[in-house]
Amino acid sequence: MVSIDIETESGQKEALRRMLTIRAFDTKAGELFGDGELPGFVHLYIGEEAVGVGACSALEEDDYITSTHRGHGHCIAKGLELEEMMSELYGKANGYCNGKGGSMHIADVDAGMLGANGIVGAGPPLATGAALTSQIKGEDTVALAFFGDGAVAQGQIHESINLAATWDLPAIFLVENNQFGEGTPVEKQHNLQNLSETAEAYNIPGFTVDGMDVTAVYEAVKEARKRALAQDGPTFIEADTYRYRGHFEGDQQPYRTDEDIAIWKENDAIEQFRKRLIDAGTITESEFDEMESEISEQVEAAAKTAKEAKYPDPNEAYDDMFNASVPEINDFAQQMRTDGGEDR
Amino acid sequence: MSTESMPSSGPSDTEEMTVREAIRLAMQEELNLDEDVFIVGEDVGEFGGVFEVTSGLVDEFGEDRVRDTPISEAGFMGAAVGAAATGTRPVVEIMFADFLGVCSEQIINQMAKNRYMFGGKTEMPVTVRTTEGGGMGAASQHSGTLHTWFAHFPGIIAVAPGTPRAAKGLLKSAIRSDDPVFVFENKAMYEQTGDVPLDEDFTIPLGTANVEREGDDVTVVATQRLVGESLELADKLAGETSVEVIDLRSLYPLDTDTLVESVDKTGRLIIADESPLSYGTHAEIATRVMENAFFSLDAPIQRVGVADVHIPFSPTLEEEVLPDADDVKAAIDRVV
Ligand SMILES: Cc1ncc(C[n+]2csc(CCOP(=O)(O)OP(=O)(O)O)c2C)c(N)n1
Repeated sequence: MVSIDIETESGQKEALRRMLTIRAFDTKAGELFGDGELPGFVHLYIGEEAVGVGACSALEEDDYITSTHRGHGHCIAKGLELEEMMSELYGKANGYCNGKGGSMHIADVDAGMLGANGIVGAGPPLATGAALTSQIKGEDTVALAFFGDGAVAQGQIHESINLAATWDLPAIFLVENNQFGEGTPVEKQHNLQNLSETAEAYNIPGFTVDGMDVTAVYEAVKEARKRALAQDGPTFIEADTYRYRGHFEGDQQPYRTDEDIAIWKENDAIEQFRKRLIDAGTITESEFDEMESEISEQVEAAAKTAKEAKYPDPNEAYDDMFNASVPEINDFAQQMRTDGGEDR
Repeated sequence: MSTESMPSSGPSDTEEMTVREAIRLAMQEELNLDEDVFIVGEDVGEFGGVFEVTSGLVDEFGEDRVRDTPISEAGFMGAAVGAAATGTRPVVEIMFADFLGVCSEQIINQMAKNRYMFGGKTEMPVTVRTTEGGGMGAASQHSGTLHTWFAHFPGIIAVAPGTPRAAKGLLKSAIRSDDPVFVFENKAMYEQTGDVPLDEDFTIPLGTANVEREGDDVTVVATQRLVGESLELADKLAGETSVEVIDLRSLYPLDTDTLVESVDKTGRLIIADESPLSYGTHAEIATRVMENAFFSLDAPIQRVGVADVHIPFSPTLEEEVLPDADDVKAAIDRVV
């Protein structure tokens, strides 16, 4: 999705729309999972919308992002289509990964989305690689890695930041500090006041911004992007935010109370931004309501399409392993099949 | 072959429980029996582990002995290796076997090689528990069966229980072993129930397979979930085909004797293991049997496994690639 200018009214409305879309999409995904409609695990982004939208709004269409296991919000912020996303959550053939990936692996390289990732901390090295391509080819693109506070404990992110810093790569490292890695609070994972202090070790700029404020995130990333394109190297940004839902749907959350969640909700990113826009006269109450119901219709429609879509043909399980087909894979499959039939 | 140590066995000494409970009990007993034992991993404490296998243990043994870690497998696996080399007995939980990739350096170049390289000067009493297998729609990065990788690597003992009883007995032996032992738990089996000895001295020696059901026509050697499925299948086929079912239990060392004895009797072998088919566990078992029972074989050995693909997300695709009782049945039909 083309970058938006949050200085303008239309840009602000667009940012609000994207945040609302993320919330509606993930609320629906949570419902569907609760109803037993979706296989696998689902990790929701609700509460953290300002980070994904703030960051992606500051990027251009050709820029890359890498994502996490909690990737729906990043996908929507980067402009991916709801229908193909929902279909992927269902494991349908028309999903982004033809049903092979599911919630944790949605990717659309053409849209600059290098993949949600089931391995904590695996995204930043990939973003470093995308930034390396940009440097080698002399392109005007940057790569931004989203990762969680928990991921900051992973060795591979430190190796990749060091590389990017040493080589002055056009990369942006964005920690979404939602205060928990699964059930473990951030204070039990790191001996730092702010995770952005990490930047000091690599001699690159590091900032902590209010991750509930879409404008603050946007501005920080905009600045980091400028720096990256000026060949001044990577920036490390920490966005303080909160996940409202459990680590995964079905998480009993013994590690926090409803009151803890309520405190953060008082500062809800969407509500804050909505109020600001209404106070400034950028949007009226009724325009907002209209926007919300429009989005809700889009999400419902996507869910309906996804539900009715076809599952992949079982034979497709053996496709996509290699660029050139390796017949042995199918031979093994044939050997194992109960009826030896081609089209089981 | 009597391989299990069971000082005071009797029917009242067992209790029906799930694999999850059997594993938890094994850890609880070993934590009680030996102060040097401790558990370490992500969210193993208050959260109880994502599969709730360690739940409650932190309340009983405290945060020092049931230790939550940051999400840093290379760091805490390495710490376990260092701790084991210096006099403690860590039990490491790696939430999904797929994440072993993150800490493979500490396993492959440190844990597995130290004792040998240092001329026997270190001991490495570390146990690694991890979960494998598909069936949960967890997609490729959370569904792998990787045990071949580690069973292949010299210096590592690798086991994979197929029953609740084996889950307890093998884990206890692993924790008591002075060598590195990997316990590969199949996540689709945690709810599976069976009789488990309550005796705290009950262990199953590493490197032993178990004949779970005797038969004359064909041997099915299975691992993990496929043990239960093969037993059910054997019941169904009774009267028609007499199937001997072996729970392999130990991938390395491999109990060649039990396999050979069985194949000498039945003349046919099906190997059922949820790992990729090429260059793997299947191949090793087949080779051992060929080397030792070639002239007993009346038919080609059959492999049942995953056809060299990753485990896909969509239910229709996942169902297609995962081996099950139907695939074992088809393999039996090909040779009987
Ligand atoms: C290498 C690795 N270790 C462990 C996990 C299991 N796991 C999945 S998400 C998660 C917590 C991640 O926390 P954080 O990075 O803060 O992201 P958040 O969930 O808060 O968005 C863990 C431990 C994993 N997927 N990959």
